[in-house]
Amino acid sequence: MSTIELAAEKAKSVIQQVENISGGEAVMKALLCEKVNTIFGYPGGAIMPIYDALYDYQERLHHILVRHEQGAVHAAQGFARTSGKTGVVFATSGPGATNLVTGLADAMIDSTPVVCITGQVFAHLLGTDAFQETDVVNITTPVTKWNYQVTDASEIPAILAKAFYIARTGRPGPVLIDITKNAQLQKFDFTGYTPCTHIRSYRPKPYVRRKYIEQAAALINEAKKPFIIFGQGIILGKAEKEFREFIEKSGIPAAWTILGMSAIPTDHPLAVGMLGMHGNYGPNVLTNDCDVLIAVGMRFDDRVTGRLDKYAKQAKVIHLDIDPSEIDKNVKAMIPVWGDCKETLPLLTELVQKKTHPEWLQRFRDFQREEEKQCIEPEMKPSTDVLSMGEVIHQINELTKGEAIIVSDVGQHQMVACRYAQFKHSNSNITSGGLGTMGFALPAAIGAKFGAPARTVIAIIGDGGFQMTIQELGTIMQSKVNVKIVILNNEFLGMVRQWQELFHDRRYSFVDITSPDFVAVAKGYYIEGRSVSKRDELRNALSGMLDHQGPYLLEVKVGKENNVFPMVPQGCSVAEIRLK
Amino acid sequence: MQKQEFTITVYTENQIGLLNRIAIIFSRRKINIESLNTSPSEIESVHRFTIVINETEEVVRKLCRQIEKQVEVLKAYFNTNDELVWQELALYKVPTEIIADKVKVERLLREYGARAVAIRRDYTVFETSGHLEEIEGLIRALEPYGLIEFVRSARVAIIKDSKGFHEKLKEFESVEPGTNVIENEYLGKQDEVFTM
Repeated sequence: MSTIELAAEKAKSVIQQVENISGGEAVMKALLCEKVNTIFGYPGGAIMPIYDALYDYQERLHHILVRHEQGAVHAAQGFARTSGKTGVVFATSGPGATNLVTGLADAMIDSTPVVCITGQVFAHLLGTDAFQETDVVNITTPVTKWNYQVTDASEIPAILAKAFYIARTGRPGPVLIDITKNAQLQKFDFTGYTPCTHIRSYRPKPYVRRKYIEQAAALINEAKKPFIIFGQGIILGKAEKEFREFIEKSGIPAAWTILGMSAIPTDHPLAVGMLGMHGNYGPNVLTNDCDVLIAVGMRFDDRVTGRLDKYAKQAKVIHLDIDPSEIDKNVKAMIPVWGDCKETLPLLTELVQKKTHPEWLQRFRDFQREEEKQCIEPEMKPSTDVLSMGEVIHQINELTKGEAIIVSDVGQHQMVACRYAQFKHSNSNITSGGLGTMGFALPAAIGAKFGAPARTVIAIIGDGGFQMTIQELGTIMQSKVNVKIVILNNEFLGMVRQWQELFHDRRYSFVDITSPDFVAVAKGYYIEGRSVSKRDELRNALSGMLDHQGPYLLEVKVGKENNVFPMVPQGCSVAEIRLK
Repeated sequence: MQKQEFTITVYTENQIGLLNRIAIIFSRRKINIESLNTSPSEIESVHRFTIVINETEEVVRKLCRQIEKQVEVLKAYFNTNDELVWQELALYKVPTEIIADKVKVERLLREYGARAVAIRRDYTVFETSGHLEEIEGLIRALEPYGLIEFVRSARVAIIKDSKGFHEKLKEFESVEPGTNVIENEYLGKQDEVFTM
């Protein structure tokens, strides 16, 4: 282009920059500037001007109509977790907005970047108990990283820029922007959209202090039995490569939390399994035997630590985290390495010596062998005709070769899925970790598919959780979402039943849940399905599901009273993990 | 660790709803706020919260980190009483006739450094400022003489070795580059979703 043409182009863009548009349209322009292409939502009275604006943008902003607003947030979470982008949700005021709360709480505790835009009654009606008015900003304050109410259209571009910046930077989290109806309708001079890159009171990541990196490296170099435990921070920080380089140079065994899973391939030579209540034997026991414990991007949840005053007391703890409030929150760190692990890990890798710890690693393998014998074998090759959850996951592994995205719900099947699923790629294990939200998986799988359209998405759901968000089958039907649904049906609310069996004298209080004919329900939504209960049908049913073009529901009837082991009983130390 | 009185000083942006965000950090953990004051600071547009609680140092340190995590909070400090200069203000309404009749009351008020701020035919309002013990001492002394009404303000405090917030603010205002979003390699293959 010649200089004259360039100047003309520039002048044109300046002219285009001042447009008189509605607040609703400004929302669309902001979303496009943030490279949003998928929205999960549900319309209603107070958000109608935004939906009216969306009508003209539907080619570029793909809107997925969910069946319940909770499903919209979970879908946005699934989208964010597989794509690494920010999920976007639309909902109306009042009940629409309150239906978001569970999803927001889930996204908050699992650090998922989501921007929710809710409609609100006209500004002059605020506080009058108007139709479908609720104080959404205050209701959602504890479950959002940031929230804000817009009452004037001219605020929209800057506030949305701030919303996206806050949601995705630092430790990500959900942001809610409540826009009153008058602001959506109001015309104003839109002067263009500037993405936010700085908020003076907000520091996405703390300064990296070289001193601590050096101290950490010195400690690691001296360690005889070092142990790495890592969480979702690696995935959120997109630091999978940096992390691999760190463990491979230092030769330290590494175990994941439930949300850290898939950050390294599950068959990595240094991978020793999952931590926590239903994690693997070795990593739990040896947490209380290692001399240096290196925690990367994880927050020492109580399901990981078990009894805190008996957790890794012998170890010197190095804690790498982007969120300063996580340091010393649950476990005292001897060396706090504040910062984004994408920056801190390479600095650490540079300073650690190249080493291997064969004897130490062997101890993990010894525990693994014991676990194989006592827990894994009986799960994979049950002595009865009744199917186990573990063999279903095992078959899925064999068929997908670890290439699939597994979205799990909450309960026994979740623990089994996370214990046995194999992954080759990051962003592949999608589950509700911190909040333990039953009903998460079905909508999250929808979002996961939109976040990674080229990958196979398999939702593993229990008979209880499936009935909590069963209506999202409607979304799958309407938007033709190619997700594979596996219901592991044990005709119980299995995890609660397991606890009642072990800790409440088998007093099965309201855990026997009856289910509809799931295949018939799916059929009602024009979704193909099948139900199996025999071992010789399983493989065929699973491969049929995977080969099917389009969504598919497979119900697998599994043992009613199977338990998930190993288990760290509540109030016990991780070393007291039970194999039966 | 022993619980003791801590004063938390929070520098913030002036934003609607921030008071709630800060308050729920305490209420979620079932911690009572003994006193809370919001005021402008030495810097225009920067607000200052002064919060008094009774807790252990460990808990207070964690609370401050949670407070600082809030997007609109610039900085949170915590101090013990010996690191602070602080004052509370109190107003006392007493019947005017008592002061006129009883020399003892007049002497009492002078002793506590009380200052009359409003004198009416039927009542007089006095004001004192100081530490809690001094203020409460005067209430107890006045009670037998018919104290009509009493109100005490929240604590305001200055940190003894603080150099103010101007320098710190400059640090906050220095622009840090935003982070680029790295997208999933599979994204943009949207067509493949629709295989039904």
